[in-house]
Amino acid sequence: MFQVRIHGRGGQGVVSAAEMLSIAAFLEGKHSQAVPSFGSERMGAPVVAFCRIDDKTIRLREPVLEPDALIIQDPTLFSAIDVFAGLSPNGYLLINSKRTLEELGIAEAVNHLPKDQVRLVPATEIALKHIKRPLPNAVLLGALAAVTGVIKIESVVKAIASKFPGKIGDANIQAAEAAYQQLANHIPEEAAC
Amino acid sequence: MLKQIEGSHGVAEAVALCRPEVICCYPITPQTHIVEDLGALVKSGKLENCEYINVESEFAALSVGIGSSAAGARTYTATASQGMLFMAEAVYNASGLGLPIVMTVGNRAIGAPINIWNDQTDSMSVRDAGWIQLFVEDNQQAVDIHIQAFKIAERLSLPVMVCMDGFILTHAYEGIDVPDQEQVDKFLPPFEPRQSLDPNDPISLGAMVGPEAYTEVRYLAHHKQTQALGLIPEINEEFKQIFGRDSGGLISTYNIEDADTVIVTLGSVIGTIQEVVDEQRSQGVKIGALTIRSFRPFPFEAIRSALEGAKRVVVFEKCLAVGLGGIVATNVRLALDGVAVTVYTVIGGLGGRPITRKSLHHLFENAVKDELEEVTFLDLKTDVVERELERERQLIRSGSIAENILRDVGVVDAAKTA
Amino acid sequence: MSHQQVKFYQTGTLTVGNRLLDEDNRTVQATMDRSNSLDSGHRACQGCGEALGARYAIDAAMRATDNQLIAANATGCLEVFTTPYPESAWRIPWIHSLFGNAAAVGTGIAAAMKVKGKEEVRVIAQGGDGGTTDIGFGCLSGMFERNDDVLYICYDNQGYMNTGVQRSSATPGGARTATTMPVGPQPGADFDKGKNVPSIAMAHNIPYVATASVDRLHDLEAKVKKAMSMHGARYIQVFVPCPLGWGSQPAKTVNLARLAIESGIYPLFEAEHGEITSVTKIRNLVQVDEYLKHQRRFAHVLKNPEQLSAVQATADRNIQKYGLLGGQE
Repeated sequence: MFQVRIHGRGGQGVVSAAEMLSIAAFLEGKHSQAVPSFGSERMGAPVVAFCRIDDKTIRLREPVLEPDALIIQDPTLFSAIDVFAGLSPNGYLLINSKRTLEELGIAEAVNHLPKDQVRLVPATEIALKHIKRPLPNAVLLGALAAVTGVIKIESVVKAIASKFPGKIGDANIQAAEAAYQQLANHIPEEAAC
Repeated sequence: MLKQIEGSHGVAEAVALCRPEVICCYPITPQTHIVEDLGALVKSGKLENCEYINVESEFAALSVGIGSSAAGARTYTATASQGMLFMAEAVYNASGLGLPIVMTVGNRAIGAPINIWNDQTDSMSVRDAGWIQLFVEDNQQAVDIHIQAFKIAERLSLPVMVCMDGFILTHAYEGIDVPDQEQVDKFLPPFEPRQSLDPNDPISLGAMVGPEAYTEVRYLAHHKQTQALGLIPEINEEFKQIFGRDSGGLISTYNIEDADTVIVTLGSVIGTIQEVVDEQRSQGVKIGALTIRSFRPFPFEAIRSALEGAKRVVVFEKCLAVGLGGIVATNVRLALDGVAVTVYTVIGGLGGRPITRKSLHHLFENAVKDELEEVTFLDLKTDVVERELERERQLIRSGSIAENILRDVGVVDAAKTA
Repeated sequence: MSHQQVKFYQTGTLTVGNRLLDEDNRTVQATMDRSNSLDSGHRACQGCGEALGARYAIDAAMRATDNQLIAANATGCLEVFTTPYPESAWRIPWIHSLFGNAAAVGTGIAAAMKVKGKEEVRVIAQGGDGGTTDIGFGCLSGMFERNDDVLYICYDNQGYMNTGVQRSSATPGGARTATTMPVGPQPGADFDKGKNVPSIAMAHNIPYVATASVDRLHDLEAKVKKAMSMHGARYIQVFVPCPLGWGSQPAKTVNLARLAIESGIYPLFEAEHGEITSVTKIRNLVQVDEYLKHQRRFAHVLKNPEQLSAVQATADRNIQKYGLLGGQE
């Protein structure tokens, strides 16, 4: 089973991200489960969503406590909650930021993870370019496909289209593909001490 | 057709397939997506011949449903938590009048303190109101049992509530095989009421019944639920024939054949419990699980024969009989009356507290060693509780416990972080 | 020889005479083939205004709808005295659900008729003032705002009579009820409270609102007939004296209603979509004490000049507001 936990704030499409990820896995013939964990609907409040992907029926209903991959849609969350809790030592970490790990103040916290599995993605900037809105969720799914290979980019594209048909979907697809290309070709940054 | 969709959306599709004629909508977390999706289906024309009514309260929702059902229309509504209590008078009224309304309950805790997350207090609060209460374990069952519910309700002339864990199921995206219209039409014939409000054949419904006849009416209601014990598995069989799935019936069991310890529960937590049971079985522990699917009528016989051979039973419930202990456990104990088996009550998941494999492992290990209290609150923060009790001993001041505790667990201070 | 209009005005007798009316305007009660929707054998008190009002209203509705009518009834006197188990006095399809949900049940029935393509079957929801102005208020307002195709009839006897004469928000100032007992200089019911449901109904802009009274049953029938000629949410409030609750003589029920109208205490009017369309003028104005003196519930008021003027002031305000005096029709 591959478990993903997505952190963000209300209004950033965290829940949709988990849902689209589960659809992408479904389209590849896998079993998947996406669940939000949130309070009352409010913009700006911390939001967590989970997605599990497996080859057999998923029975587990607990929150994702030991994620194989973490997506951080909003780096201001580092000071608010322990987003890294339970992250597997062989886990993947995708952070929406154009700053470095040092600048974000988390270089030491993530030092133990495999270097090529910790990736910073300027997802908001990519989103603004293609979607004209700072919605990084689809972008980060494209990045996830590139970095983990747990789902294919083609599946991500189809999942986005199924949830957001029309122009909005197209723009999000472009943004996701852009992130995919960027990360698939990019040499991982060295995590300086 | 197999789809990856939100549980709520699956339920909406399932209800729509049953050709409801009147749907009453009053929104309450976590059922909102169900009623919203149904509204969209009606508006778009995908669900035809259906009146969708936005009402002003849950009391109105079920009351409008009583009117439409009494007038011969297949009727559906949904609620949760506070809404269930707001409509409580109508809940008793609907079953007393024998109206085959189907209602989804998105199981959620009841305030005070207000809490929007999952537990099963809402359904339990009306367990003796005379409705059939069916609990589902996953979203496939949620879809399937709604379809079965209409048939059960109309055969018995009794309302049915389909209970599904709020957020955990309602808001979860899973793979669901949504049946097609032909299959459902084959399974569920049009609604033919036993009696209805019709100018061509006038009747008076809802008259007062005095001491000379009230007992008999109530006895017959009790008897009808007993009849349901036979009908529910029968309809599940009919369903299996057409749809190929065993989604209903009275109970379901997991690895209980030679189990010394059996965990008994309702709803979605069984998924996590099955994972833990598998892990413990691989270590040689003789442990199994039983899910109660029909809570009302309560399947005494089925539970008794399933649990007779066990040494101990751990009833894991998401509700609490305040001042007594377990609601489900008390019902289970009754079924095991005279059987030499220890019954432990575990109260867990209240107000949406996550139920983790880790906690369950620890719990089951203690159970197997018979090192459990009679009533356990899973993952209780004893330090927080002790502090509050100490506070109460020091100060004699009436007021809300909740606010004090919230301060303790740091919720109030969370706002201070940047 | 010049012609002179002569208006006939009944004083000595209050019977519902038909001989002077066109056939179309005669009451259905005079015909052998009336539906008798609320048949004899019910257990109402002697002189019950509600039994009288309901019988006329429902039979008129049946005539207007060609006998295609379903009624939802709130808990209360009407429900209790018409359905003493195992008997029922209703000859129409009828349902009693709860105290506060008659309007909602009516909504449900109307929805069922619509979805089944039986829109010629019309729906009445009815109840007393308790079930309408208080506990049923939420459902009533909901039915109004959705403009559901239901005629709601409220039989207003100004209190919770079935349970022993307690105060409702329709109880007028000064009235003695079991929960508003006058003590010393204190009045029975408070003067500065109460709810005007016809005005509230008008504020919902529903197609038709009317007040009526059992002292003029033709008028009640005409209003029901008019209501049934329309679709959407409609409301009729009928003034129905309660001899038991009011401490009045059973034989004086119709007389008492007449005095309530003629004193200005209970204005009779019709409104459509929030605008008043007709008002019944007072023909022979009386001071309120003429009305109050026949009711033991107002005995206290009559002995208390301040309270008496308060009641008179209410009547005067109504006369002013609705234009109840001046100019004959």
